[in-house]
Amino acid sequence: MVSDPFDPVKIIADWLRDLMMNTWNFSGDLAAVILKAIGAFVIAGLVLMIFIVLTWVERKVAARFQDRIGPNRVGPRGVLQPIADALKMVTKEDTTPKNADKVAYNLAPILSVFSVIMMWAVIPFTEKWIGADLNVGVLYIAAVGSFGVLSVLMAGWSSHNKYALLGAFRGVAQLISYEVPLFLSLLVPVLLARNMGVNAIVRAPAHWKWFAWMAPLAVVIYLVSSLAEVGRAPFDLLEAESELVAGYHVEYSGMKFGLFQAGEFLHSFTAGALMAILFFGGWQGPGVDQYPILGLVYMIAKTAVFYFIFIWSRVTFPRVRIDQIMSLNWKFMVPLSLVLLMGIPILDYFFQNDPLRIPVLFGFNVFLAVVALGFASRGVKRGRRPRVRFEGRPVAVPPKEDEVAA
Amino acid sequence: MIPLSWYLIVSASLFSIGLFGVLARKNAIAILMGIELMLNAVNINLVAFWRYLTPEKITGQVFALMVFAVAAAEVAVGLALVISVYRRREIVAADEIDMLKW
Amino acid sequence: MPPTLMQIIFLIGSAITLLAALMVVTRRNLVHAALFLILTLFGISVLFVLLEAGFLAVVQVVVYIGAIAILMIMAVMVTRNVTGNETRTFNKNYGLAILIALLVLSGLVVALNHWPALNTTTQDVDTSTVVKTLGQSMFTAEAFVIPTIIASILLLAALIGAIVIAGPGKAGEE
Repeated sequence: MVSDPFDPVKIIADWLRDLMMNTWNFSGDLAAVILKAIGAFVIAGLVLMIFIVLTWVERKVAARFQDRIGPNRVGPRGVLQPIADALKMVTKEDTTPKNADKVAYNLAPILSVFSVIMMWAVIPFTEKWIGADLNVGVLYIAAVGSFGVLSVLMAGWSSHNKYALLGAFRGVAQLISYEVPLFLSLLVPVLLARNMGVNAIVRAPAHWKWFAWMAPLAVVIYLVSSLAEVGRAPFDLLEAESELVAGYHVEYSGMKFGLFQAGEFLHSFTAGALMAILFFGGWQGPGVDQYPILGLVYMIAKTAVFYFIFIWSRVTFPRVRIDQIMSLNWKFMVPLSLVLLMGIPILDYFFQNDPLRIPVLFGFNVFLAVVALGFASRGVKRGRRPRVRFEGRPVAVPPKEDEVAA
Repeated sequence: MIPLSWYLIVSASLFSIGLFGVLARKNAIAILMGIELMLNAVNINLVAFWRYLTPEKITGQVFALMVFAVAAAEVAVGLALVISVYRRREIVAADEIDMLKW
Repeated sequence: MPPTLMQIIFLIGSAITLLAALMVVTRRNLVHAALFLILTLFGISVLFVLLEAGFLAVVQVVVYIGAIAILMIMAVMVTRNVTGNETRTFNKNYGLAILIALLVLSGLVVALNHWPALNTTTQDVDTSTVVKTLGQSMFTAEAFVIPTIIASILLLAALIGAIVIAGPGKAGEE
């Protein structure tokens, strides 16, 4: 590694610390706390700024998939459209239902964004730029992800609306069910890297020997579980914009609804970032040793690819019913991820430093996927209703004179 | 630095608040919340003793993890019982569940 | 002597925890009580971080806040008193309960004061290998693998028991 690579964050941090301790005479503790608070503020601000770009990207890409152009009036190629959206949302009337529980009603959208921004505390942008290098980073991500469930429940209950409450119950059932395969597939890179810290997992694979080649089935399980956790299509029964009139956030308007949307988009961006970090090497790439700032570029590029995959699956798949969602989870994803989690450490133990490590693990994943799909297709065939010939009168034809109405 | 007595006082207070909740509340679910507070107070105690007296052995944290598991199991079964009773009689107050009394 | 940063964080964290715990046992509206319970559990997680048990702090958030608290909130929402008037908060043992709680608290404090090792302060501990040591001790035969297995069987029994007790039941039941 080059002895003194260009690191702007460290330069600014050192200058600030020097300023506080020497010219203003703060104590060491207070300076550390203020620096960390500034760092947290900067990360949270950056994440919220990304939301503005995300709305534009989402609308343009979804439009292109649907063979139309998308917003192109406001600014060149519609780049200023999110600002127009934000202005519209801020100036909308802010209604509150009469018997709503004020504290829970106002707290729910805040919690939904809060849980996503907290995840960014452990995501490494480059090798040295990370909010908090916890050695239990992956578990921290899982913990903070379960905060978002609370916001759904509080939103549904505090609206004092039976249908919002029912939508919230279904939403919570989906969210907590899909946390199980999510956590199990998050554990696979932990097992392969032998470390629970996020930065260590990014550093662990050698160049181009990403964990995605060693555990592609974990990537798929993580992708599907993330889609269900975020509440995006095909699992977007939580909001079901065209059907249930927005489910658990039906009573929200204006900026509070905007916060829910922000939480959802940011959560899918964060899920893409996590996939890039844990499975695809994060900030690693050619040339990061000399120019660490390239790590930021690689990370954003990989995250953008996965965000594109999320948008792609949103515009492609039809919505899945709630009972299909539940049976997919408990009958397919959980056993599959459990068997994967059991098999990968056993194989990895034997092939630890063997050059055959990647092909053997990849082969195991493919074998497991084939077996699982075999089971699943047999289950689907058994569950399908037998097709019966319809013997009655077709409906749109008027009855003949000698027939009575059916 | 923080002496051990501070942590023990916090956990003793939490335990007695939980005890008050268990003894004085009417709703069965509120009683379960009091039990949760007591179990958490025990956890704070265990981890404080681990940190201050035997930080080189990991036994304190393992014990705390076992308490987590037991608390989760107990809450699950307790809430299942409360919901099952509610389904039959629409009662949630603990002192009105007297179907077994003579 | 002015309090150090750790002491300030400890005082704020434990104040929030104890106040939220008091709110839990005194609120009539059970959903508010459950939300205060979540705040209490979060405060306890902060105390775990101060005790340098980071893994336990995160497990506390996952297990208690992410699962148990949500289960309690859903149970509260399902068993709402549909007649409209919520029942009283406290039952008739209210005064006796306060007395017993205060007795227990003072008994514990008095008993602890007679303990010689009460005011020990911390030695430094290396926490970078705690997760590894924890994993090894939970799954090694000389250490705690048997309690781990028993705990997982207990959780399985609780899972099956909860489904049997509160599940859909047989078709002919009322």
